[in-house]
Amino acid sequence: MKVLVTVKRVPDPETTIRVKSDGSGIETDNIKYVINPFDEIALEEALRLKEKLGSGEVVLVSIGDRVVTEQLRTGLAMGADRAILVGCDQDLDSLAVARILAKIVEDESPQLVLMGKQAIDDDANQAGQMLAALLGWPQATFASEVVLSDDQQAVKVTREVDGGLETIGFALPGIITSDLRLNEPRYASLPGIMKARKKEIREIVATDLGVDIAPRLTIKSLEPPTQKEAGKKVETVEELIGLLHDEAKVI
Amino acid sequence: MGNILVFAETQKGRVPKSSLIAIQAGKDAARKLGGDVLVAVLGADTADAANEAAGYGAAKVLAVNDAALENYLADAYAATLEQLARANDVTLLAATATAVGKDLLPRVAARLGVGMASDVVSFHEDGTLQRPMYAGNTTATVTLADTIKVVSVRSTAFDAAQPGDQSAVEQVSVSLDADATKMQFVEFNETKSDRPNLTEASIVVSGGRGLKSGENFTTYLEPLVNELNAAMGASRAAVDAGFVPNDLQVGQTGKVVAPELYIAVGISGAIQHLAGMKDSKVIVAVNKDPDAPIFNVADYGLVADLFKAVPELTEAVKKAKE
Repeated sequence: MKVLVTVKRVPDPETTIRVKSDGSGIETDNIKYVINPFDEIALEEALRLKEKLGSGEVVLVSIGDRVVTEQLRTGLAMGADRAILVGCDQDLDSLAVARILAKIVEDESPQLVLMGKQAIDDDANQAGQMLAALLGWPQATFASEVVLSDDQQAVKVTREVDGGLETIGFALPGIITSDLRLNEPRYASLPGIMKARKKEIREIVATDLGVDIAPRLTIKSLEPPTQKEAGKKVETVEELIGLLHDEAKVI
Repeated sequence: MGNILVFAETQKGRVPKSSLIAIQAGKDAARKLGGDVLVAVLGADTADAANEAAGYGAAKVLAVNDAALENYLADAYAATLEQLARANDVTLLAATATAVGKDLLPRVAARLGVGMASDVVSFHEDGTLQRPMYAGNTTATVTLADTIKVVSVRSTAFDAAQPGDQSAVEQVSVSLDADATKMQFVEFNETKSDRPNLTEASIVVSGGRGLKSGENFTTYLEPLVNELNAAMGASRAAVDAGFVPNDLQVGQTGKVVAPELYIAVGISGAIQHLAGMKDSKVIVAVNKDPDAPIFNVADYGLVADLFKAVPELTEAVKKAKE
Protein backbone atom coordinates (compact mmCIF):
# COMPACT_ATOMS: atom_id res chain seq x y z
CA MET A 1 0.00 0.00 0.00
CA LYS A 2 1.31 3.41 -0.96
CA VAL A 3 0.69 6.27 1.46
CA LEU A 4 1.39 9.91 0.67
CA VAL A 5 2.14 12.12 3.67
CA THR A 6 2.20 15.91 3.43
CA VAL A 7 4.79 17.86 5.41
CA LYS A 8 4.80 21.59 6.13
CA ARG A 9 7.69 23.58 7.57
CA VAL A 10 6.40 25.76 10.42
CA PRO A 11 7.89 27.73 13.33
CA ASP A 12 8.53 25.58 16.40
CA PRO A 13 5.35 25.76 18.52
CA GLU A 14 7.48 26.82 21.50
CA THR A 15 8.71 29.89 19.59
CA THR A 16 7.33 33.27 20.58
CA ILE A 17 5.84 34.83 17.46
CA ARG A 18 6.28 38.58 17.02
CA VAL A 19 4.62 40.69 14.38
CA LYS A 20 6.91 43.04 12.41
CA SER A 21 6.36 46.68 13.32
CA ASP A 22 5.01 47.48 9.84
CA GLY A 23 2.50 44.61 10.03
CA SER A 24 3.82 42.98 6.86
CA GLY A 25 4.58 39.64 8.45
CA ILE A 26 6.20 37.99 11.45
CA GLU A 27 9.79 38.41 12.62
CA THR A 28 11.64 35.41 11.24
CA ASP A 29 15.04 36.00 12.82
CA ASN A 30 16.05 33.36 15.34
CA ILE A 31 13.02 31.21 14.62
CA LYS A 32 13.60 27.50 14.70
CA TYR A 33 11.55 25.56 12.15
CA VAL A 34 10.11 22.07 12.55
CA ILE A 35 7.72 19.69 10.81
CA ASN A 36 4.17 20.81 11.59
CA PRO A 37 3.35 18.69 14.69
CA PHE A 38 0.13 17.28 13.17
CA ASP A 39 2.05 16.26 10.03
CA GLU A 40 4.45 14.35 12.25
CA ILE A 41 1.48 12.46 13.69
CA ALA A 42 0.25 11.74 10.15
CA LEU A 43 3.68 10.41 9.19
CA GLU A 44 3.84 8.22 12.29
CA GLU A 45 0.46 6.70 11.37
CA ALA A 46 1.69 5.97 7.83
CA LEU A 47 4.83 4.30 9.18
CA ARG A 48 2.79 2.15 11.59
CA LEU A 49 0.46 1.07 8.77
CA LYS A 50 3.43 0.02 6.66
CA GLU A 51 5.04 -1.82 9.57
CA LYS A 52 1.81 -3.63 10.35
CA LEU A 53 1.30 -4.71 6.75
CA GLY A 54 4.96 -5.62 6.36
CA SER A 55 5.08 -3.90 2.98
CA GLY A 56 4.25 -0.67 1.27
CA GLU A 57 5.73 2.71 0.60
CA VAL A 58 5.54 5.99 2.48
CA VAL A 59 6.13 9.04 0.27
CA LEU A 60 6.55 12.55 1.67
CA VAL A 61 5.60 15.70 -0.17
CA SER A 62 6.33 19.27 0.80
CA ILE A 63 5.91 22.59 -0.97
CA GLY A 64 8.25 25.54 -0.55
CA ASP A 65 11.78 26.70 -1.25
CA ARG A 66 14.91 24.58 -0.78
CA VAL A 67 14.95 25.00 3.01
CA VAL A 68 12.05 22.55 3.40
CA THR A 69 14.59 19.86 2.48
CA GLU A 70 15.50 20.00 6.16
CA GLN A 71 12.01 18.85 7.23
CA LEU A 72 11.87 16.23 4.46
CA ARG A 73 15.20 14.78 5.68
CA THR A 74 13.76 14.61 9.19
CA GLY A 75 10.74 12.74 7.85
CA LEU A 76 12.95 10.38 5.87
CA ALA A 77 15.00 9.78 9.02
CA MET A 78 11.80 8.83 10.85
CA GLY A 79 11.32 6.13 8.21
CA ALA A 80 9.62 7.49 5.10
CA ASP A 81 10.92 5.90 1.90
CA ARG A 82 11.31 8.88 -0.40
CA ALA A 83 10.23 12.48 -0.78
CA ILE A 84 9.00 14.99 -3.32
CA LEU A 85 9.85 18.66 -3.01
CA VAL A 86 7.57 20.97 -4.97
CA GLY A 87 9.64 24.12 -5.42
CA CYS A 88 7.70 27.31 -4.98
CA ASP A 89 8.80 30.72 -3.75
CA GLN A 90 5.43 32.46 -3.57
CA ASP A 91 2.93 32.48 -0.72
CA LEU A 92 0.21 29.91 -1.28
CA ASP A 93 -3.27 29.72 0.18
CA SER A 94 -4.93 26.41 1.03
CA LEU A 95 -6.71 26.08 -2.32
CA ALA A 96 -3.43 26.49 -4.22
CA VAL A 97 -1.79 23.92 -1.95
CA ALA A 98 -4.67 21.51 -2.56
CA ARG A 99 -4.42 22.01 -6.33
CA ILE A 100 -0.70 21.26 -6.30
CA LEU A 101 -1.23 18.21 -4.10
CA ALA A 102 -4.03 16.96 -6.38
CA LYS A 103 -1.51 16.92 -9.25
CA ILE A 104 0.98 14.98 -7.14
CA VAL A 105 -1.73 12.48 -6.17
CA GLU A 106 -2.69 11.97 -9.83
CA ASP A 107 0.95 11.29 -10.59
CA GLU A 108 1.70 9.02 -7.60
CA SER A 109 -1.69 7.26 -7.23
CA PRO A 110 -1.45 6.52 -3.49
CA GLN A 111 -4.28 4.57 -1.85
CA LEU A 112 -4.21 6.89 1.12
CA VAL A 113 -3.16 10.48 1.81
CA LEU A 114 -2.37 11.25 5.44
CA MET A 115 -2.14 14.89 6.48
CA GLY A 116 -2.12 17.00 9.63
CA LYS A 117 -5.50 18.45 10.56
CA GLN A 118 -4.06 21.94 10.53
CA ALA A 119 -0.75 23.73 10.22
CA ILE A 120 0.10 25.67 13.35
CA ASP A 121 1.20 28.80 11.46
CA ASP A 122 -1.82 29.89 9.45
CA ASP A 123 -4.23 27.68 11.45
CA ALA A 124 -6.46 27.33 8.38
CA ASN A 125 -7.47 23.68 8.69
CA GLN A 126 -8.49 23.49 5.02
CA ALA A 127 -5.97 21.74 2.76
CA GLY A 128 -7.01 18.13 3.48
CA GLN A 129 -10.70 18.75 2.93
CA MET A 130 -9.99 20.78 -0.22
CA LEU A 131 -7.75 18.06 -1.64
CA ALA A 132 -10.47 15.48 -0.98
CA ALA A 133 -13.00 17.67 -2.81
CA LEU A 134 -10.74 18.21 -5.83
CA LEU A 135 -10.09 14.47 -6.14
CA GLY A 136 -13.71 13.50 -5.39
CA TRP A 137 -12.36 11.31 -2.58
CA PRO A 138 -13.88 10.65 0.84
CA GLN A 139 -12.31 12.40 3.83
CA ALA A 140 -11.91 11.72 7.54
CA THR A 141 -10.63 14.74 9.43
CA PHE A 142 -9.56 14.93 13.10
CA ALA A 143 -8.76 11.21 13.22
CA SER A 144 -8.01 9.58 16.57
CA GLU A 145 -8.04 5.97 15.30
CA VAL A 146 -7.59 4.42 11.88
CA VAL A 147 -8.52 0.79 11.22
CA LEU A 148 -7.67 -0.70 7.84
CA SER A 149 -9.91 -3.53 6.63
CA ASP A 150 -8.36 -7.00 6.23
CA ASP A 151 -8.47 -6.74 2.46
CA GLN A 152 -6.82 -3.28 2.69
CA GLN A 153 -9.55 -1.81 0.52
CA ALA A 154 -11.38 0.26 3.13
CA VAL A 155 -10.91 2.13 6.40
CA LYS A 156 -12.90 2.91 9.50
CA VAL A 157 -11.83 6.13 11.12
CA THR A 158 -12.78 7.42 14.56
CA ARG A 159 -12.96 11.21 14.61
CA GLU A 160 -12.75 13.69 17.46
CA VAL A 161 -15.90 15.77 17.06
CA ASP A 162 -17.84 18.06 19.39
CA GLY A 163 -19.37 16.12 22.26
CA GLY A 164 -17.87 12.72 21.52
CA LEU A 165 -16.27 10.37 19.03
CA GLU A 166 -17.71 9.63 15.62
CA THR A 167 -16.78 6.68 13.44
CA ILE A 168 -17.13 6.78 9.67
CA GLY A 169 -16.06 4.36 6.98
CA PHE A 170 -15.20 4.44 3.32
CA ALA A 171 -13.54 2.51 0.53
CA LEU A 172 -10.05 3.67 -0.42
CA PRO A 173 -8.61 5.81 -1.88
CA GLY A 174 -9.25 8.53 0.67
CA ILE A 175 -7.84 11.33 2.78
CA ILE A 176 -7.28 11.22 6.54
CA THR A 177 -6.17 14.16 8.67
CA SER A 178 -4.69 13.55 12.10
CA ASP A 179 -5.74 14.88 15.48
CA LEU A 180 -3.59 14.95 18.58
CA ARG A 181 -4.48 11.58 20.05
CA LEU A 182 -3.93 9.45 16.95
CA ASN A 183 -0.45 8.41 18.10
CA GLU A 184 2.82 9.61 19.58
CA PRO A 185 5.35 10.22 16.84
CA ARG A 186 8.73 8.50 17.12
CA TYR A 187 12.05 10.26 17.12
CA ALA A 188 14.45 9.70 14.28
CA SER A 189 17.08 7.15 15.24
CA LEU A 190 20.77 7.59 14.45
CA PRO A 191 20.73 4.77 11.86
CA GLY A 192 17.56 6.37 10.50
CA ILE A 193 19.36 9.67 10.10
CA MET A 194 22.28 7.94 8.33
CA LYS A 195 19.94 6.11 5.96
CA ALA A 196 17.94 9.26 5.24
CA ARG A 197 20.98 10.88 3.63
CA LYS A 198 20.82 8.36 0.80
CA LYS A 199 17.07 8.50 0.25
CA GLU A 200 15.69 10.25 -2.79
CA ILE A 201 14.22 13.76 -2.70
CA ARG A 202 12.77 14.41 -6.14
CA GLU A 203 12.49 18.08 -6.97
CA ILE A 204 9.80 19.47 -9.20
CA VAL A 205 8.66 23.03 -9.78
CA ALA A 206 5.16 24.19 -8.86
CA THR A 207 4.78 26.43 -11.89
CA ASP A 208 5.50 23.43 -14.17
CA LEU A 209 2.42 21.61 -12.92
CA GLY A 210 0.00 23.72 -14.93
CA VAL A 211 -2.36 24.49 -12.07
CA ASP A 212 -3.75 27.86 -11.02
CA ILE A 213 -1.97 28.82 -7.83
CA ALA A 214 -2.86 32.52 -7.75
CA PRO A 215 -3.90 33.25 -4.17
CA ARG A 216 -7.63 33.69 -3.54
CA LEU A 217 -7.03 34.64 0.09
CA THR A 218 -4.68 37.60 0.57
CA ILE A 219 -3.27 38.75 3.88
CA LYS A 220 -3.32 42.56 3.94
CA SER A 221 -1.70 43.09 7.32
CA LEU A 222 -0.94 41.46 10.65
CA GLU A 223 -1.47 42.99 14.04
CA PRO A 224 -0.32 41.84 17.43
CA PRO A 225 -3.22 40.86 19.69
CA THR A 226 -4.51 43.54 22.03
CA GLN A 227 -2.71 43.36 25.35
CA LYS A 228 -4.78 42.89 28.43
CA GLU A 229 -4.08 45.06 31.45
CA ALA A 230 -2.27 43.21 34.19
CA GLY A 231 -4.68 41.69 36.69
CA LYS A 232 -4.60 41.59 40.47
CA LYS A 233 -2.52 39.15 42.47
CA VAL A 234 -4.34 37.88 45.53
CA GLU A 235 -2.87 36.23 48.59
CA THR A 236 -5.67 34.01 49.83
CA VAL A 237 -8.63 32.02 48.61
CA GLU A 238 -10.85 34.18 50.82
CA GLU A 239 -9.68 37.34 49.08
CA LEU A 240 -10.19 35.71 45.67
CA ILE A 241 -13.77 34.65 46.45
CA GLY A 242 -14.48 38.15 47.78
CA LEU A 243 -13.31 39.77 44.53
CA LEU A 244 -15.17 37.28 42.33
CA HIS A 245 -18.33 37.94 44.30
CA ASP A 246 -18.16 41.71 44.89
CA GLU A 247 -16.03 43.10 42.06
CA ALA A 248 -16.34 40.68 39.11
CA LYS A 249 -19.81 39.53 40.18
CA VAL A 250 -19.37 36.12 38.59
CA ILE A 251 -20.00 33.99 41.65
CA MET B 1 -24.14 42.05 -3.11
CA GLY B 2 -25.93 38.76 -3.47
CA ASN B 3 -27.27 36.56 -0.71
CA ILE B 4 -25.59 35.35 2.45
CA LEU B 5 -26.08 31.63 2.99
CA VAL B 6 -25.67 30.37 6.56
CA PHE B 7 -25.34 26.65 7.17
CA ALA B 8 -27.18 25.58 10.33
CA GLU B 9 -26.38 22.25 11.94
CA THR B 10 -29.05 20.07 13.51
CA GLN B 11 -28.74 18.04 16.69
CA LYS B 12 -31.62 15.69 17.47
CA GLY B 13 -34.00 17.88 15.50
CA ARG B 14 -32.85 21.11 17.12
CA VAL B 15 -30.64 23.96 15.93
CA PRO B 16 -27.67 24.16 18.34
CA LYS B 17 -26.53 27.44 19.84
CA SER B 18 -23.36 27.29 17.74
CA SER B 19 -25.51 27.64 14.61
CA LEU B 20 -27.48 30.55 16.08
CA ILE B 21 -24.07 32.20 16.31
CA ALA B 22 -23.56 31.62 12.58
CA ILE B 23 -26.96 33.16 11.86
CA GLN B 24 -25.96 36.21 13.91
CA ALA B 25 -22.64 36.45 12.04
CA GLY B 26 -24.60 36.27 8.77
CA LYS B 27 -26.84 39.13 9.93
CA ASP B 28 -23.79 41.14 10.94
CA ALA B 29 -22.24 40.59 7.50
CA ALA B 30 -25.55 41.55 5.83
CA ARG B 31 -25.67 44.81 7.78
CA LYS B 32 -22.15 45.72 6.69
CA LEU B 33 -22.06 44.32 3.16
CA GLY B 34 -25.73 44.14 2.12
CA GLY B 35 -27.65 41.08 0.95
CA ASP B 36 -30.31 38.84 2.46
CA VAL B 37 -29.62 36.06 4.96
CA LEU B 38 -30.68 32.58 3.88
CA VAL B 39 -30.35 29.65 6.28
CA ALA B 40 -29.70 26.12 5.00
CA VAL B 41 -30.96 23.17 7.07
CA LEU B 42 -30.03 19.69 5.85
CA GLY B 43 -31.20 16.26 6.96
CA ALA B 44 -33.43 13.27 6.31
CA ASP B 45 -36.33 14.99 8.07
CA THR B 46 -35.67 18.65 8.77
CA ALA B 47 -39.24 19.76 9.57
CA ASP B 48 -38.63 20.62 13.25
CA ALA B 49 -35.16 22.11 12.80
CA ALA B 50 -36.18 24.17 9.75
CA ASN B 51 -39.15 25.49 11.67
CA GLU B 52 -36.92 26.44 14.56
CA ALA B 53 -34.33 28.06 12.26
CA ALA B 54 -37.17 30.11 10.73
CA GLY B 55 -37.64 31.95 14.01
CA TYR B 56 -34.56 34.17 13.79
CA GLY B 57 -35.44 36.78 11.20
CA ALA B 58 -33.68 35.34 8.16
CA ALA B 59 -35.11 36.16 4.73
CA LYS B 60 -35.66 32.49 3.99
CA VAL B 61 -34.88 29.01 5.26
CA LEU B 62 -33.83 26.47 2.64
CA ALA B 63 -34.73 22.98 3.86
CA VAL B 64 -33.17 20.01 2.08
CA ASN B 65 -34.60 16.59 2.92
CA ASP B 66 -32.78 13.58 1.55
CA ALA B 67 -32.13 10.12 2.98
CA ALA B 68 -28.41 10.58 2.17
CA LEU B 69 -28.34 13.55 4.57
CA GLU B 70 -29.60 11.66 7.63
CA ASN B 71 -26.22 11.82 9.38
CA TYR B 72 -23.67 14.52 8.75
CA LEU B 73 -21.14 13.31 6.17
CA ALA B 74 -18.75 15.71 4.48
CA ASP B 75 -19.22 14.45 0.93
CA ALA B 76 -23.03 14.58 0.70
CA TYR B 77 -23.33 17.78 2.73
CA ALA B 78 -20.67 19.56 0.68
CA ALA B 79 -22.32 18.60 -2.62
CA THR B 80 -25.64 19.87 -1.28
CA LEU B 81 -24.26 23.20 -0.09
CA GLU B 82 -22.44 23.70 -3.37
CA GLN B 83 -25.73 23.32 -5.24
CA LEU B 84 -27.54 25.68 -2.85
CA ALA B 85 -24.80 28.29 -3.20
CA ARG B 86 -24.86 28.14 -6.99
CA ALA B 87 -28.67 28.24 -7.26
CA ASN B 88 -29.33 31.12 -4.85
CA ASP B 89 -27.06 33.96 -5.99
CA VAL B 90 -24.88 33.44 -2.92
CA THR B 91 -21.85 35.70 -2.42
CA LEU B 92 -21.05 34.73 1.17
CA LEU B 93 -21.33 31.24 2.65
CA ALA B 94 -20.84 31.02 6.42
CA ALA B 95 -20.97 28.46 9.22
CA THR B 96 -19.54 28.31 12.71
CA ALA B 97 -16.09 26.74 13.06
CA THR B 98 -17.36 23.69 14.97
CA ALA B 99 -16.07 20.19 14.21
CA VAL B 100 -18.70 20.00 11.47
CA GLY B 101 -18.09 23.51 10.11
CA LYS B 102 -14.33 22.95 9.96
CA ASP B 103 -14.76 19.62 8.20
CA LEU B 104 -17.39 20.79 5.74
CA LEU B 105 -16.67 24.31 4.51
CA PRO B 106 -13.23 23.78 2.91
CA ARG B 107 -14.75 20.91 0.92
CA VAL B 108 -17.55 23.17 -0.30
CA ALA B 109 -15.09 25.96 -1.13
CA ALA B 110 -12.91 23.63 -3.22
CA ARG B 111 -15.99 22.27 -5.01
CA LEU B 112 -16.88 25.86 -5.85
CA GLY B 113 -13.26 26.50 -6.86
CA VAL B 114 -12.94 29.38 -4.38
CA GLY B 115 -10.74 30.30 -1.43
CA MET B 116 -11.83 30.34 2.18
CA ALA B 117 -11.10 32.19 5.42
CA SER B 118 -11.25 30.17 8.67
CA ASP B 119 -12.20 31.35 12.15
CA VAL B 120 -13.31 34.81 11.08
CA VAL B 121 -13.84 37.14 14.05
CA SER B 122 -15.13 40.24 12.24
CA PHE B 123 -16.54 41.51 8.94
CA HIS B 124 -15.86 45.02 7.71
CA GLU B 125 -17.65 47.38 5.31
CA ASP B 126 -14.65 47.45 2.94
CA GLY B 127 -14.97 43.69 2.45
CA THR B 128 -11.96 42.77 4.59
CA LEU B 129 -12.19 40.09 7.26
CA GLN B 130 -10.19 39.50 10.38
CA ARG B 131 -8.98 36.14 11.62
CA PRO B 132 -6.39 34.91 14.13
CA MET B 133 -3.17 33.19 13.04
CA TYR B 134 -0.17 31.70 14.85
CA ALA B 135 -2.24 30.46 17.79
CA GLY B 136 -3.77 33.87 18.31
CA ASN B 137 -0.43 35.66 18.40
CA THR B 138 -1.53 37.75 15.45
CA THR B 139 -4.77 38.95 13.98
CA ALA B 140 -4.66 39.02 10.20
CA THR B 141 -6.71 41.31 8.01
CA VAL B 142 -7.51 39.32 4.88
CA THR B 143 -9.50 39.55 1.66
CA LEU B 144 -11.07 36.84 -0.46
CA ALA B 145 -10.92 37.42 -4.21
CA ASP B 146 -13.76 35.20 -5.39
CA THR B 147 -17.38 36.09 -6.13
CA ILE B 148 -18.50 33.48 -3.61
CA LYS B 149 -16.64 33.95 -0.35
CA VAL B 150 -16.59 31.03 2.08
CA VAL B 151 -15.93 31.71 5.76
CA SER B 152 -16.11 29.83 9.03
CA VAL B 153 -16.74 32.10 12.00
CA ARG B 154 -15.29 31.78 15.47
CA SER B 155 -18.08 31.04 17.94
CA THR B 156 -16.67 33.27 20.66
CA ALA B 157 -16.64 36.35 18.40
CA PHE B 158 -20.40 36.61 17.79
CA ASP B 159 -23.48 36.38 20.00
CA ALA B 160 -26.26 33.89 19.32
CA ALA B 161 -29.05 35.29 17.12
CA GLN B 162 -32.11 36.49 19.02
CA PRO B 163 -35.59 35.38 17.93
CA GLY B 164 -36.92 37.59 15.12
CA ASP B 165 -39.49 37.70 12.34
CA GLN B 166 -40.68 34.34 11.02
CA SER B 167 -38.97 33.29 7.77
CA ALA B 168 -40.57 31.35 4.96
CA VAL B 169 -39.34 27.75 4.68
CA GLU B 170 -38.64 26.60 1.13
CA GLN B 171 -38.23 22.91 0.40
CA VAL B 172 -35.30 22.32 -1.95
CA SER B 173 -34.20 19.08 -3.53
CA VAL B 174 -30.68 18.33 -4.69
CA SER B 175 -29.12 15.59 -6.76
CA LEU B 176 -26.34 13.62 -5.10
CA ASP B 177 -24.21 11.52 -7.42
CA ALA B 178 -22.03 8.51 -6.52
CA ASP B 179 -19.04 10.78 -5.84
CA ALA B 180 -21.00 12.55 -3.11
CA THR B 181 -22.10 9.41 -1.27
CA LYS B 182 -18.89 7.43 -0.74
CA MET B 183 -18.71 7.98 3.00
CA GLN B 184 -20.71 5.96 5.50
CA PHE B 185 -21.71 6.88 9.01
CA VAL B 186 -20.91 4.06 11.45
CA GLU B 187 -21.57 5.35 14.95
CA PHE B 188 -21.41 8.27 17.33
CA ASN B 189 -20.26 7.75 20.90
CA GLU B 190 -21.48 10.71 22.83
CA THR B 191 -19.37 11.72 25.81
CA LYS B 192 -21.78 11.22 28.68
CA SER B 193 -21.70 14.07 31.11
CA ASP B 194 -24.15 15.82 33.42
CA ARG B 195 -22.07 18.95 33.12
CA PRO B 196 -22.65 21.82 30.71
CA ASN B 197 -21.07 21.66 27.27
CA LEU B 198 -17.51 23.05 27.28
CA THR B 199 -18.12 25.58 24.50
CA GLU B 200 -21.44 26.76 25.92
CA ALA B 201 -20.82 26.79 29.69
CA SER B 202 -20.81 30.11 31.53
CA ILE B 203 -18.08 28.85 33.85
CA VAL B 204 -15.14 26.68 32.80
CA VAL B 205 -12.59 25.18 35.18
CA SER B 206 -9.51 23.82 33.43
CA GLY B 207 -6.61 21.82 34.75
CA GLY B 208 -3.06 21.59 33.49
CA ARG B 209 0.08 19.58 34.00
CA GLY B 210 0.23 20.96 37.55
CA LEU B 211 -2.52 18.49 38.49
CA LYS B 212 0.10 15.75 38.01
CA SER B 213 -2.34 12.90 37.27
CA GLY B 214 -5.76 11.97 35.96
CA GLU B 215 -6.78 10.88 39.47
CA ASN B 216 -6.06 14.37 40.73
CA PHE B 217 -8.46 15.79 38.15
CA THR B 218 -11.11 13.64 39.83
CA THR B 219 -10.00 14.28 43.41
CA TYR B 220 -9.21 17.98 43.27
CA LEU B 221 -10.75 19.57 40.20
CA GLU B 222 -14.09 17.79 39.85
CA PRO B 223 -15.55 18.90 43.21
CA LEU B 224 -14.89 22.53 42.26
CA VAL B 225 -16.31 21.98 38.77
CA ASN B 226 -19.45 20.42 40.24
CA GLU B 227 -19.85 23.07 42.93
CA LEU B 228 -19.74 25.81 40.28
CA ASN B 229 -21.92 23.86 37.82
CA ALA B 230 -19.07 24.46 35.41
CA ALA B 231 -17.67 22.61 32.42
CA MET B 232 -14.29 20.94 32.81
CA GLY B 233 -11.43 21.76 30.46
CA ALA B 234 -7.74 20.95 30.22
CA SER B 235 -4.54 22.24 28.72
CA ARG B 236 -2.86 20.39 25.88
CA ALA B 237 -0.06 19.48 28.28
CA ALA B 238 -2.57 17.64 30.48
CA VAL B 239 -4.04 15.88 27.45
CA ASP B 240 -0.58 14.96 26.12
CA ALA B 241 0.29 13.54 29.54
CA GLY B 242 -2.79 11.32 29.28
CA PHE B 243 -4.58 12.80 32.32
CA VAL B 244 -7.83 13.50 30.45
CA PRO B 245 -9.32 12.89 26.98
CA ASN B 246 -8.66 15.28 24.12
CA ASP B 247 -12.26 16.50 23.90
CA LEU B 248 -11.55 18.53 27.04
CA GLN B 249 -8.67 20.35 25.38
CA VAL B 250 -8.93 24.13 25.36
CA GLY B 251 -6.54 25.88 22.98
CA GLN B 252 -5.43 26.51 19.44
CA THR B 253 -5.75 22.86 18.50
CA GLY B 254 -8.69 22.12 20.78
CA LYS B 255 -11.77 24.07 21.70
CA VAL B 256 -12.06 27.84 21.81
CA VAL B 257 -14.11 29.05 24.78
CA ALA B 258 -15.17 32.44 26.13
CA PRO B 259 -17.18 31.87 29.32
CA GLU B 260 -18.12 34.48 31.93
CA LEU B 261 -15.57 32.93 34.26
CA TYR B 262 -12.53 30.82 33.37
CA ILE B 263 -10.50 29.26 36.16
CA ALA B 264 -7.09 27.91 35.12
CA VAL B 265 -5.63 25.53 37.67
CA GLY B 266 -2.03 24.41 37.38
CA ILE B 267 -1.81 25.72 33.83
CA SER B 268 1.37 27.59 32.93
CA GLY B 269 -0.26 29.46 30.07
CA ALA B 270 1.46 28.28 26.89
CA ILE B 271 0.57 30.39 23.85
CA GLN B 272 -1.42 27.54 22.42
CA HIS B 273 -3.64 27.38 25.52
CA LEU B 274 -4.13 31.15 25.75
CA ALA B 275 -5.40 31.08 22.15
CA GLY B 276 -8.38 29.06 23.33
CA MET B 277 -9.49 31.04 26.39
CA LYS B 278 -8.13 34.58 26.42
CA ASP B 279 -11.48 36.08 25.37
CA SER B 280 -13.14 34.82 28.56
CA LYS B 281 -14.77 37.69 30.49
CA VAL B 282 -13.06 36.99 33.82
CA ILE B 283 -9.95 34.84 34.10
CA VAL B 284 -8.67 33.37 37.35
CA ALA B 285 -5.34 31.60 37.56
CA VAL B 286 -4.13 29.36 40.36
CA ASN B 287 -0.47 28.42 39.99
CA LYS B 288 2.44 28.04 42.36
CA ASP B 289 4.89 29.63 39.91
CA PRO B 290 4.55 33.43 40.23
CA ASP B 291 6.23 33.88 36.83
CA ALA B 292 3.84 31.62 34.93
CA PRO B 293 2.61 33.40 31.75
CA ILE B 294 -1.00 32.59 32.68
CA PHE B 295 -0.81 35.46 35.19
CA ASN B 296 -0.31 37.91 32.30
CA VAL B 297 -3.84 37.26 31.05
CA ALA B 298 -5.49 36.57 34.42
CA ASP B 299 -7.75 39.18 36.02
CA TYR B 300 -7.15 37.53 39.37
CA GLY B 301 -4.08 35.49 40.11
CA LEU B 302 -3.57 33.32 43.15
CA VAL B 303 0.01 32.17 43.65
CA ALA B 304 -0.49 29.03 45.67
CA ASP B 305 -0.13 25.27 45.81
CA LEU B 306 -3.21 24.07 43.97
CA PHE B 307 -3.53 20.95 46.12
CA LYS B 308 -4.15 23.22 49.07
CA ALA B 309 -5.93 26.11 47.34
CA VAL B 310 -8.45 24.19 45.22
CA PRO B 311 -10.14 22.33 48.12
CA GLU B 312 -10.30 25.65 49.98
CA LEU B 313 -11.82 27.29 46.93
CA THR B 314 -14.39 24.49 46.63
CA GLU B 315 -15.35 24.93 50.31
CA ALA B 316 -15.56 28.71 49.93
CA VAL B 317 -17.83 28.41 46.88
CA LYS B 318 -20.04 25.97 48.79
CA LYS B 319 -20.29 28.44 51.69
CA ALA B 320 -20.93 31.39 49.41
CA LYS B 321 -23.90 29.54 47.92
CA GLU B 322 -25.47 28.85 51.32
